[in-house]
This record gives sequence, structure tokens and C-alpha cells, in this order.
Amino acid sequence: MYRIIKKRALNPTVTLMEIEAPLVARKAEPGQFIILRVDADGERIPLTIADYNRETGSVTIIFQIVGGTTEKLNHKEEGEFIQDFVGPLGRATETEGLKRVAVIGGGVGTAIAYPVAKKLHDVGCHVDLIVGFRNKDLIILKEEFEAASTNLIIGTDDGSYGKKALVTDLLREQIEAGAKYDKVIAIGPVIMMKFVCMLTKEFDIPTVVSMNPIMIDGTGMCGGCRLSVGGETKFACVDGPEFDGHKVDFDEAMARGAMYRDFELKAREETCNLFKQEVK
Amino acid sequence: MPNMSLKKNPMPHQDPVVRAGNFQEVALGYTKEQAVDEAQRCLHCKNMPCVSGCPVQIKIPEFIAKVAEGDFEAAYQIIAQDSALPAVCGRVCPQESQCEAKCVRGIKGEPVGIGRLERFVADWHNANVSEKSAAPASNGHKVAVIGSGPSGLTCAGDLARKGYEVTVYEALHLAGGVLVYGIPEFRLPKSIVQKEVDGLKELGVKIETNAVIGRSITIDELMDEFKFEAVFIGSGAGLPMFMHIPGENLKGVYSANEFLTRINLMKAYRDGADTPIMPLQGKKVAVVGGGNVAMDAARCSKRLGADVYIVYRRSEAELPARAEEVEHAKEEGIVFKTLTNPVEILGYNNPEDKRDPKNGSVNGLKCVEMELGEPDASGRRRPIVKEGSEFEMEMDCVIMALGTSPNPLIKSTTKGLEINRRGGIIVNEDGLTSREAVYAGGDAVTGAATVILAMGAGKTAAKAIDEYLQKK
Repeated sequence: MYRIIKKRALNPTVTLMEIEAPLVARKAEPGQFIILRVDADGERIPLTIADYNRETGSVTIIFQIVGGTTEKLNHKEEGEFIQDFVGPLGRATETEGLKRVAVIGGGVGTAIAYPVAKKLHDVGCHVDLIVGFRNKDLIILKEEFEAASTNLIIGTDDGSYGKKALVTDLLREQIEAGAKYDKVIAIGPVIMMKFVCMLTKEFDIPTVVSMNPIMIDGTGMCGGCRLSVGGETKFACVDGPEFDGHKVDFDEAMARGAMYRDFELKAREETCNLFKQEVK
Repeated sequence: MPNMSLKKNPMPHQDPVVRAGNFQEVALGYTKEQAVDEAQRCLHCKNMPCVSGCPVQIKIPEFIAKVAEGDFEAAYQIIAQDSALPAVCGRVCPQESQCEAKCVRGIKGEPVGIGRLERFVADWHNANVSEKSAAPASNGHKVAVIGSGPSGLTCAGDLARKGYEVTVYEALHLAGGVLVYGIPEFRLPKSIVQKEVDGLKELGVKIETNAVIGRSITIDELMDEFKFEAVFIGSGAGLPMFMHIPGENLKGVYSANEFLTRINLMKAYRDGADTPIMPLQGKKVAVVGGGNVAMDAARCSKRLGADVYIVYRRSEAELPARAEEVEHAKEEGIVFKTLTNPVEILGYNNPEDKRDPKNGSVNGLKCVEMELGEPDASGRRRPIVKEGSEFEMEMDCVIMALGTSPNPLIKSTTKGLEINRRGGIIVNEDGLTSREAVYAGGDAVTGAATVILAMGAGKTAAKAIDEYLQKK
């Protein structure tokens, strides 16, 4: 059992939790992920590590409530426990030798972009952190982003904060204004990563994306997380989760990601109803 | 005077029609009377050919003699000297190619039902004897075991009984390895595995789940920081193979590992389960492959309400699955398309509507017919494509059961650990790897094999570790 040390709602559907997990914290690196189960009959879900503290032995996760499991997780409070928490899994982000990088985050993916930006910024890299949200109310981690970047650019879909622009537009502006990037790192919805990659291909900038497909064991055993990269089948859990964005088959990844969408929506609804009954 | 019946006492089974709709155990086990009657078929040959067929050399005629006398606990104690998991092996061992293949009664008629008797004895013991095995006094030596499958559990048990302080590290949230994620409930009830694991805990074995060795902790750290004096690697052969044909990443294509893990470990077949599985009621499922894992995946699909086809490129005679599993699958209505090989998985695509949720889902399987040519390196006749034989089958789901290879996680994070061409860890006859004090066994060494071979490797390594640490 793993204790929830801290819980904070970042916006109505995104929550931050700090979990006591010394075995994970001792090795965690930006770009890696964990798998958790909320309770004894729970499903295993992967979540990317948002932060970690080796001294206190804690790991921070940030999740969006999308299905039954994240709904249940969000009902857990500080001091309570979750059943299982295993990691760190996957490969860490490669940050060596980079001078100037654009880190692109979309929605809850910005939470995963954060530790990557922070690590790059800590080692003296010039980091343009470009984050996009649907509207002002959904903006998360603004102070953290500021501290982890040389230049923070926030855009919203409706213009309620910052520029009314998609992250791809904001990135294009920077490139056209003369920013020379060694690398672009894009983390967010698959569709966003796809369009970022189309743009960077145009300018021939190496681009890394962080894939978060459906997964069970996270150790290479099930192959459920497989995707096509440069015509080869790769497992996100052991070969990734980060891949060369110019080689990933995003359309296939999107279709595979939607495999259990009906189930997830129904599970979330049922879980919500259960909690409502408890309140009564 | 022995029982000279040419036939084994038949195993009582759940009716095929009934069992194809539930996940309860198919084989029900002998009654006392059947067991005693079957035991009396043993001729007690002096040279004991059956024992030479057993990878862990259980004293088969001795335990059978006790069964014939009706002293089932004595029979159990004889088996327990050599086997750590008799209730498991009595169910999943391929006896027909091991002990029973050597049985003299099998020359004219059927061999003695050794596996059935082993299962009976183990089940009788579990139901009637409640022993609390006390943890032996510690000898002060610490050993780490990686993986809680058959080899790891056996190695841990043998060492714990000798007083070693053993910690088993398991990557998943539940101990048992392939016994819990791979083999379905209807072949091996999970309560049996749990009982074995609980027995180890009583012996003082610590089981750390959610620990991925190679990621959370490396083998070097286990020895340098955690002060383990020896390590046994029993991490299994977890990596699923694919055919690398077009369409393999469509929605509705599973590796058998994923499919079985969802069902066995995550209980996705139960109503209200948190883990989803594709709804298969009334759907068509093709399982590609002919081994035991293919049979398990096919029979699980059947239980989820599907029409199921086994697609296998050689002929029925070459099916690597146990004859009993093939027979059970057939009884349950699974169709065998042998001498058939898939060349492409076909997918649905609606060009009118890019947002059609069915886009990218399996809707067929393109295959070719095969014929058998000259024997290949494996000694089996090589399947050759029949020219112009391409045809399509309608399908909603395709499960790839082509085998697995050893997990590279430990290899890639352990310096100086030598592996062979197929990814298996190289060991000597004692199970010692190229690293001092690091031993390995089971599928991590051999590639996918059987429970009993893995158990045997765990035993061998436990003995070698004991000798090594006593000399140190």
C-alpha cells in the first residue's frame, strides 16, 4: 500500500498527488512512468512521473479524470492509501548536449512536459516552454513552468489567457522569428503531437514525442502498448515512452488508443453514480 | 495382483457444453476409489522407467504404492521430497511426453494415470491436512529471487527450508508469474497458486510485489546495497512474438499474453471488472498458433461467447499443445484450421467518415493454405505455401499465440551477464551465470518451456546456491 502524502486539484478535472514510494523515487528520471492500481480489484494504469524527491522518497503524479480508475483515484484523500504503485518504468528523456530546446505541452500533457523542461533548464539549456490549454480556467502549474523555463509561452484555444493560438502556431512563430532549436520535445494529446511533428519536419528539427498508449504490465510482457515507429513495431513501455516523432504512426496510435473508449466512459459514469449513492 | 485394465480410469470432467460458458475448472479430479483403482494398475517395475521421464525425479512407484494402500498423506510426503508444487504439476505437466511416456503399461494399452494420481494426492493433502510449516531458524545468509513464477517459487522454497533469508521480487502486483497471468482458472485454479505462495510466506519468505528488478533496483544494487549474497533470476520468457504481417496493430489484435493477462490476472471476464476486454459475444476470433497458450486463449475466447478458430500452419499431428488440451478445445467447439497461415490481418476503413469509430478495427484474416514438405531443423516437416491458395475469413479479433522470448530488462541493466543468441541467460549445469553468485533458471534461460522444467531449474540452483554459500 502506498500513502498519498499530498493532494491538490489543479483544475476541475486535473489532480496532483504526491505518493510515498521510496523504491520508485530512488531511481525516477524525467520521461519515465509508473503503473498504479487504486484498489484490490483495480485496473493497472500508466501515468508519467511529474516530479520526484529522492530524500523524502516521494513521487508526484498528475492525472486527468477520464475513466473509472482516474475517477476512483480522485476520490482518494491525503493520508489514504492506493493499492499498487510500481516503477520507474520506461526509458528516461535524453537531455545530454542540448543547447536550446522547445518543450511543447498540451492539456494534462503539460504536467509531463514540466519535469523534462525542469531537468533541461537545471543543466543550463535554453528552454522555450510552450503550453496550450482550452481556456484560462484549465491552466495548471503556471509558477512551476515559469521556474523551469527560460521563456514561457502560454496559449489558449479561446484567447481567455495569453495568445489565442494552438501550440503549433506558437512554435511556428518562434521558429520563424529565428529560434534555432537542437530539439523539440512534444508531450500531450496524440493529435497535438502529430501536428507538432508535421511542423518540425518542415523545418527539419529533430522531435521527440512521449507516447502514452494502453498498457497493462509495463515491462514488455503484453505488447498492448505497441506502435509503429519507422515501420517497425515498438513497445512504448520498454522501448519508449519517447520516440522519434517523425517516425511514429500517429493515426494508428489514435485508433488503438480509442479501443476501449465506450468502456471507459461507461466505467466513469458508473463510478460517479456509486460515489453519489455513498454521499446520499 | 495389479489391476490389469488396459485403460486409465477416465478423468471426470465438467460437461463440454456447460464448461464452455464458465471459467471453473474443467477436470474435476479422481475420487478416492478411482485413485486407489488407478494406483493398482502400477506394476512397480524394478528399473522405474517413469522416474527417468520426470524432470525432478519424483519417486513415482513409491508414491503410487501408498495411494494403492489408501495412505494418501504418506504418498504426498514422498512427492514433496522432490516437487515443490505437486497440485500445480499434477494439472499442467505434459505427463504424456514425460513419466507416462515411459510407463510399461503404455506399451499395450494406456499408461498409468500418474499425473492424475499426483493431482489427487496433492488435492487430498490440501483439503485434509492443515500444517503450519514453521519458519526454520535463520542461517544468517540472504538470497534474492527475481520473479515469482515456478522456478522462483521453487528456488525460494528450497532455500527457505534450509534457513536462508529469502526475498522474492515480483514485477506485477500478484505473485505466481505465468501461473497467475498465463494459465487460465479453468486449467489451474488461482486458489491453488495462492496456497503455494502462502506456504512460502509461512516458511519466512518475503515477497515484494511491484518491484521491477533492472529498473527500481539493479542486480548489482541487490548485492552491494541490499547485501544479498546470491541472486537467482527466474524472470521468465515474457516478451510476446508477432508475425510482422500487415494489420498486426489493428484494433482487435492481441498478443496471447495481453489477452490472457486481461482475463487471468485482471479478471476482465467478470461482470463489473475494472479492466476492459473486447466484447466477444457472438464475434469471430482467430487464434494463431498451436501450443498450449494458443489453446488457453482459444478456450478463454469461447467462454466469452465467441466462435473460435485455431489457425496453425502445420498439420494436426505437429500441434505442440498437449493432446489433452487439443481434445478439450475440440469438445468445446473450437474449429481447427490447420495447414493454414495468415498473411495479412484486414481492417475496416470507412473512407466517407474518418471519425467512424470502427475504422482501424479487425474485420478479416487473409490466409494461405500450406502443405508439408521435407523435415526442417526441428525434425518436423516444413510447411510450404500452396500456390494460389489465398483466401479470406471474416474475423473480429485475432490473437497471436506464436511464443515468447526472454525479457531483456535484466540483461540490459546487468554488466557481465552473458546471454545467447535467442536472449536466454547462459548458465552452467548448476544454474550459475557468467556473474559470480548470480544464478538463473526457467524460461529466462531456456525460452518458453514447461512449469516442471522451470521448477527443476529452481531446485538445481537452490542446491548450488546452498553449496556456494556454505563454502564461502
